[in-house]
Amino acid sequence: MRYLPLTPADRSRMLAEIGAADIDDLFAAVPSEFLLDGPPDLPNARSELEVERELASLAARNTAAGAVPFFVGCGAYRHHVPATVDHLIQRSEFLTSYTPYQPEVTQGTLQYLFEFQTQVARLTGMEVANASMYDGSTATAEAVLMAERITRRRKAVLAGGLHPHYRDVIETLSKYNKTAVTALEPRTNAIDDLIAAIDDETGCIVVQNPDVFGAVRDLTRVAETAHARGALLIVAVTEVVSLGAIRSPGEMGADIVTAEGQSIGNGLNFGGPYVGLFAARQKYLRQMPGRLCGETVDADGRRGFVLTLSTREQHIRREKATSNICTNSGLCALAFTIHLTLLGEKGLRDLADLNHLAAVALAERLEAVPGVEILGDGVFFNEFTVRLAKPAAPVVEALAAKGILAGVPVSRLLPAEPRFANDLIIAATEINTDADRHALADALAEELAKKEPA
Amino acid sequence: MTTPMNRQGRPTRPAADAGSEAAPQTFTGNRALDIEEPLIFEIGGTDRSGVDLPRKPAATSRLGPLARNKPIGLPGLSEPETMRHYVRLSRNNYAIDSGLYPLGSCTMKHNARLNEKMARLPGFGDVHPLQPVSTVQGALALMQTLSGYLLELTGMSTVALSPKAGAHGELCGMLAIRAAHDAAGSDRSVVLVPESAHGTNPATAAFMGYSVRSLEAREDGTVSVETVREALGPDVAAIMLTNPNTCGLFEPEVSEIADAVHDAGAYFYCDGANFNAIVGKVRPGDLGIDAMHINLHKTFSTPHGGGGPGAGPVVFSDRLAAFAPLPYVARDAGGFRFVEHAGELDAAAMPFGRLTAFHGQMGMFVRALAYMLSHGADGMRQASEDAVLAANYVRARLKDVMTQPFGDQPCMHEVLFDDRFLSGTGVTTLDFAKAMIDEGFHPMTMYFPLVVHGAMLIEPTESESLSSLDQFIETMRFLAQAARAGDTARFTDAPRLAPRRRLDETLAARKPRLTWSETQLGEAAE
Amino acid sequence: MATEYFTKDHEWVRVDGDVATIGITNHAQEQLGDVVFVEVPEAGRTVTAGEPVAVVESVKAASDVFSPLAGEVTQGNDALADNPAFVNEDAEGGAWFFKLRVADAGALSGLMDRAAYDAFVAAEG
Repeated sequence: MRYLPLTPADRSRMLAEIGAADIDDLFAAVPSEFLLDGPPDLPNARSELEVERELASLAARNTAAGAVPFFVGCGAYRHHVPATVDHLIQRSEFLTSYTPYQPEVTQGTLQYLFEFQTQVARLTGMEVANASMYDGSTATAEAVLMAERITRRRKAVLAGGLHPHYRDVIETLSKYNKTAVTALEPRTNAIDDLIAAIDDETGCIVVQNPDVFGAVRDLTRVAETAHARGALLIVAVTEVVSLGAIRSPGEMGADIVTAEGQSIGNGLNFGGPYVGLFAARQKYLRQMPGRLCGETVDADGRRGFVLTLSTREQHIRREKATSNICTNSGLCALAFTIHLTLLGEKGLRDLADLNHLAAVALAERLEAVPGVEILGDGVFFNEFTVRLAKPAAPVVEALAAKGILAGVPVSRLLPAEPRFANDLIIAATEINTDADRHALADALAEELAKKEPA
Repeated sequence: MTTPMNRQGRPTRPAADAGSEAAPQTFTGNRALDIEEPLIFEIGGTDRSGVDLPRKPAATSRLGPLARNKPIGLPGLSEPETMRHYVRLSRNNYAIDSGLYPLGSCTMKHNARLNEKMARLPGFGDVHPLQPVSTVQGALALMQTLSGYLLELTGMSTVALSPKAGAHGELCGMLAIRAAHDAAGSDRSVVLVPESAHGTNPATAAFMGYSVRSLEAREDGTVSVETVREALGPDVAAIMLTNPNTCGLFEPEVSEIADAVHDAGAYFYCDGANFNAIVGKVRPGDLGIDAMHINLHKTFSTPHGGGGPGAGPVVFSDRLAAFAPLPYVARDAGGFRFVEHAGELDAAAMPFGRLTAFHGQMGMFVRALAYMLSHGADGMRQASEDAVLAANYVRARLKDVMTQPFGDQPCMHEVLFDDRFLSGTGVTTLDFAKAMIDEGFHPMTMYFPLVVHGAMLIEPTESESLSSLDQFIETMRFLAQAARAGDTARFTDAPRLAPRRRLDETLAARKPRLTWSETQLGEAAE
Repeated sequence: MATEYFTKDHEWVRVDGDVATIGITNHAQEQLGDVVFVEVPEAGRTVTAGEPVAVVESVKAASDVFSPLAGEVTQGNDALADNPAFVNEDAEGGAWFFKLRVADAGALSGLMDRAAYDAFVAAEG
């Protein structure tokens, strides 16, 4: 077995040195009735070639985004990741390195984390950011808990446009925390609705921008109202490329910003691993969850970086930790920071424009298809919702069979709401070509023109 | 004030008079291949870029007043400059691919590149979690296969794949336990946790609103069933136990403890961080546990990536299976599908909720399954035996120069030493660790578990050759002897040869600088 | 003339009339190492004996500071926010944490004097 360097001769020598006759002498502490006689009931070791074949055959049964016209979004987006990014994250010293608890021999990791934190703070328009979290949904749930610690209020209001998965995660984590979560109806997203939902007991209001239906709003008045009532505004961003084109949450008055960073540097990966971004105002620094990388000097006075403010973390505070989180999403954060460095500000703005214009071009084409109505007030970034003349899920299934991945039927996220059964959320990115847009429009037209079977 | 969690007074500032070795100064500050690399904010520009994007479609922006017009402050670099920047950074990092990590509780084993190649197959890496399930049957099949392997290896009945890390898995297990108590109408507020447990255990319990009752260990570091029985009561919801424990020992009374816990109407959560000692040798389910998280990034070799991503699936017993979270994979005549909503559940299922968007760390599932298929049942069993053998070999060859806290007895996959062998030398565990860096080794786990003074926890794993183990052992012997011979400066000045010497963690915490700004650190600190 | 008392949690208490000044002992700051952050209670807060009212952090450890007595906080020492290192320099003098109007002077009899505290520390090892 190629991964195990010890030979039978090595093992004998080692046992002799230990003074044990047999390997099972070293398992003597295990009560004999629990020590298995032989290997588990699973296949034995196989060659590299055979393992490749087996996994490749499973992979071949899936439709890859790059192979078809692709319009699926809702919290994970298909962008082009430059070859440089994937190459760099596979360098041994990044891929196989441990958490940087010994900073003298991990300045590589620590320096990129410092650069990442700075990029995230600037991108979100905030003052400080952490070294990343698992993903956007858990980052948002942690933001709710943080707002509770700061305001000492247990009421959290969730805007209707928050991704239903994010809402579910917050509700799950809040069950035993005594947080009272008020989740507004999915279509309750207008600024006036959000303002009306904030009262003097509200600790925070969580608003996604662009929201799950794709709509973009100016949240300044929501921030003002929240602050006037002693509450915090948490803005969640699931498509982080949007920050290259839309005014930042910080500019709008957010107190905490969470985001899903997957769009930059990271592939779809069927849902994970992803990377949560978390940024806040400087005054709330000590209430922030997650790892933090800070600048300092070494014994020779040279600049260096270390993990810092670790006393917030659970392995030190134990019962009094600010969160349960032990880890960040290191390699995914590295991919994010490398891609963002390659893009630079100009490249990010261009990429964001490309995305928005791709969505505009698609919307213009779809507006012309009978049976397709584009919902909302018209301001979207790269995602929007259409209402079809018939239920969306079967239409999506039919188009998938023809080799087009048309988007996410709202019923996939909100099955219990029949009024959304005909709604479809469509994402457009820089990967879409004119031919893709054409294909989607034609296929939808054809599908919608079909009469229902008797 | 409370006794500080760690009162072993570790120095956090480098000694004031620590001067550097008389190495020749260079114009650049570089030392041959060792390059001083600035930050991207110091070398990049907002008008520079290293990507070439496609042409924009013919359309007009609809963003109007929502457009972002103010400067953001994000530097860009050309592609060659980017490559150089990150390659130079990478060279300042220790990694498994370049050296042994004796880190107890971390299981730093080899990260196979086959696993990377498989994860990058377009059918795994380039599929969206919300595509119609008819277009991702292979992905769901993989998740089912992985689940089957985890259940067979642990002897448990159900697995939740969605937790994104070990601590997340702990939360998952405890949420299921709480849901089970709620469903039975029982209102219990206490969780039992040994003093030697990793901090995530009591943190998770406290997060859930439980109060933690601490369990004392015996002389040998294990927990006795009598101690558990005394602590049990109608207010106890669960026990959280690590097995093998954080001292590297198998809990000999684990099965009796499980019985006592169940008799008292409570559940047994097992922290699976040390599963690498017993894969293919013992099935935790046979011991009576109710939930256990598995660290795919430890036991199943998915790469640590400089701090993540991890994955922490949780296996459940029959008692807790019904409470496993959404979503999960189900199979019927039509093929595989996800169960994602309450309305899709079968009668018995009572999931406690959802832990994350989408359904888990697919990239890590592929890597872990590639590991399992490659090793096979015989290989995984051999790996555990080699891990235990390697740790005991290290123990046998260091026990005459280093001190063991619980006497000389066989350990499992990791061996624990304390700092008594350093007493009177003026060298602390921290100093010893920093001297290891100069010798080319990453330090072992230090000051954990907390129940042992100056703890040094060493886990070599099965990936080390005998010559690699011997080299490590010889180095540790040399250092132990050097400390006792009074060669103190070797330790207190260490590391002297790493890209940085000891860093001022006090300054970093007193004056936090977490983002780049134009002022120099020296100015800011005044 | 202020009388000095000590607690098993390594706090010192100096009482002058009905006002008590409370801080952590020199032994405590030595155990903690370099102090990096302190959080003191706000004036006006009512506290009970044994309640955690302040936090002191070093790089590797965080500790609660308990109020040895019940009463109302009259002042928190704001100097510690900007200069946590002061705790290491003058723990039993200028780096007091907070002042309290004592509700129950009788509780003082349960605290140790300097000699008893020194003996307690020596025995702790």
